[in-house]
Amino acid sequence: MRESRGRAWVYGDNVDTDLLFAGKYTYTLRSPQEIAPHALEDLDPDFAAQVQKGDIIVGGRNWGCGSSREQAVTCLVYNGVDAVIARSFGRIFYRNAINNGLLALTCPEAVDVIQKGDEIEIDLDASIIHCPAGEFQFPPLSPTLSSILDAGGLIPYLLAKAARD
Amino acid sequence: MPPKPQTFAQKALARAAGLDSVEVGEIVDARPNVALSHDNSAAIRQIWLQFGQSKVWDSARMAITLDHAVPAPTSRHAQNHADIRRFVAEQGIENFFEIGTGICHQVLSEEALVVPGQLILGAGRHTPHFGWMGAFGAGVGRSEMAAIWATGELWLRVPETIQIEIVGQLGEWVSAKDIALGIIGSLGADGGLYRCVELVGEGVADLSLSSRMTLANMMAEFGAKCSYIEPDRKVFSYLAEARLRRTGSKARDEALHSQIEELARHALYPDAGATYEKRHHFDAAKLQPQVACPHSVDRTVGVDELTEVRIDQAFLGTCTNGRLEDIAIVHRVLAGRRVAASTRLLIVPASKRVFAEAMKRGYVSDLLDAGAVFGTPGCGPCMGNHQGVLAPGEVCISSANRNFKGRMGTPHAEIYLASPAVVAASALTGRITAPEEVTRA
Repeated sequence: MRESRGRAWVYGDNVDTDLLFAGKYTYTLRSPQEIAPHALEDLDPDFAAQVQKGDIIVGGRNWGCGSSREQAVTCLVYNGVDAVIARSFGRIFYRNAINNGLLALTCPEAVDVIQKGDEIEIDLDASIIHCPAGEFQFPPLSPTLSSILDAGGLIPYLLAKAARD
Repeated sequence: MPPKPQTFAQKALARAAGLDSVEVGEIVDARPNVALSHDNSAAIRQIWLQFGQSKVWDSARMAITLDHAVPAPTSRHAQNHADIRRFVAEQGIENFFEIGTGICHQVLSEEALVVPGQLILGAGRHTPHFGWMGAFGAGVGRSEMAAIWATGELWLRVPETIQIEIVGQLGEWVSAKDIALGIIGSLGADGGLYRCVELVGEGVADLSLSSRMTLANMMAEFGAKCSYIEPDRKVFSYLAEARLRRTGSKARDEALHSQIEELARHALYPDAGATYEKRHHFDAAKLQPQVACPHSVDRTVGVDELTEVRIDQAFLGTCTNGRLEDIAIVHRVLAGRRVAASTRLLIVPASKRVFAEAMKRGYVSDLLDAGAVFGTPGCGPCMGNHQGVLAPGEVCISSANRNFKGRMGTPHAEIYLASPAVVAASALTGRITAPEEVTRA
């Protein structure tokens, strides 16, 4: 069974890519060690210091709107974040997430009730989010997206595909 | 049975995927005509190296501009540029544009490296810019660009389309930027999420090409995957002249005519009866100059509501509003006058070509006399790297496309977005100002 389990970090609507990872760092910081400490720096200074492996982010509408910068996703991955649940996603954030093996789920009903610090479990096979306030179904990923996510992201997916061909 | 009517997005992605037709919602492997990247190219190369190739799939389909932090403000930025130049030389990438040539979307438009009906994927969110000419432009991430460099293709979902009809004549000091801010303000920063946004109506056809670029470009802030404006004769002529200039041919009538015909043949238009998810109607005649308040592009109000807000910096530039038309408006407001003592006005032309033409017309010297400061063509301080970032507590009025918290270097500054006319009028008085207030005879 494919599942994720972790504590929730809850944020609001229109959390943009500059809040996730500020533009001033985008052409100079390259390694995971350099990028990770700046995650969500201008929105929640506690996040990078306190986040634990497996934690889950819960956001509002249009999560990750703004720039195409991939560090808005990788800064979360480098901090061990397993999944983002939101009401909706900025388009490129969503693609970047799947392409980096970060689970991105749209589930407004779950976003309505999840509180900061809640223990959450995501069952990908059954497409269900379990949280203290209840269970919520989310739309399953398309087969293409599922295979990319299962491979751990776009690059490993393409490398495995090339090796098969 | 006759074929089902198709949207522009369906036609463009079918063509790019080599298919007869595609359905909305279908995921296709599309092959872009142009793969665009910029100062992020060294980071993309790092990802691409995992493919173990010595050569990219097709260097002729790649374009790289150095524009986001130019000239290099720190030695780390300089190292980034050096890595990119080495990669460009190794791969023999001809469409490489050095620092100071201009912003990627502006340069590729000026050079006609993209033409109507094509697919351009760019490692930058404002790639919907190319909707101005009826091309399918969408932004992608760095891993995706690396995948394109390696394989020449990328998965794309065929988007739903929403249509926005714009009618009514704009007031004297009202512009395409105000239309864009008005649309985003009324429908929300996610009003066009994942969608192709088709902009139609007399209010669009009447716009200059520069204004169409502004409008198409701003659809990125509406959440759009791509935007589309029907290409007309004006578009074909502009691109045909650029292509002849680039190839060094003399723009003789005959050559120009055949270029125009070729571009027109390649252009794509939605079928009558194509399916739109939503249709909106926008009356531009009723529009006042708009300002987006910190820290979200959809927090828009009429300029009259903000006239008490004092500003420290006025910034004119970016892929949204750094063209000749925009500098001309600033010149119209400021020539023979003086920027307020409490305020600095920063102008960063979108390209060298724009800069040179502004100089030829005398705008630059008049604006220098008025107190403006000019920066190297490129993105300027838009994303907080250099050339006029803000101090904590400062307020900036900007012609850019984003006012996110922290965007211009510190989360403790405030950014208001507006048209070039409002930026210029505000520079003059030192507070947010309606152009009419300072231009009444």
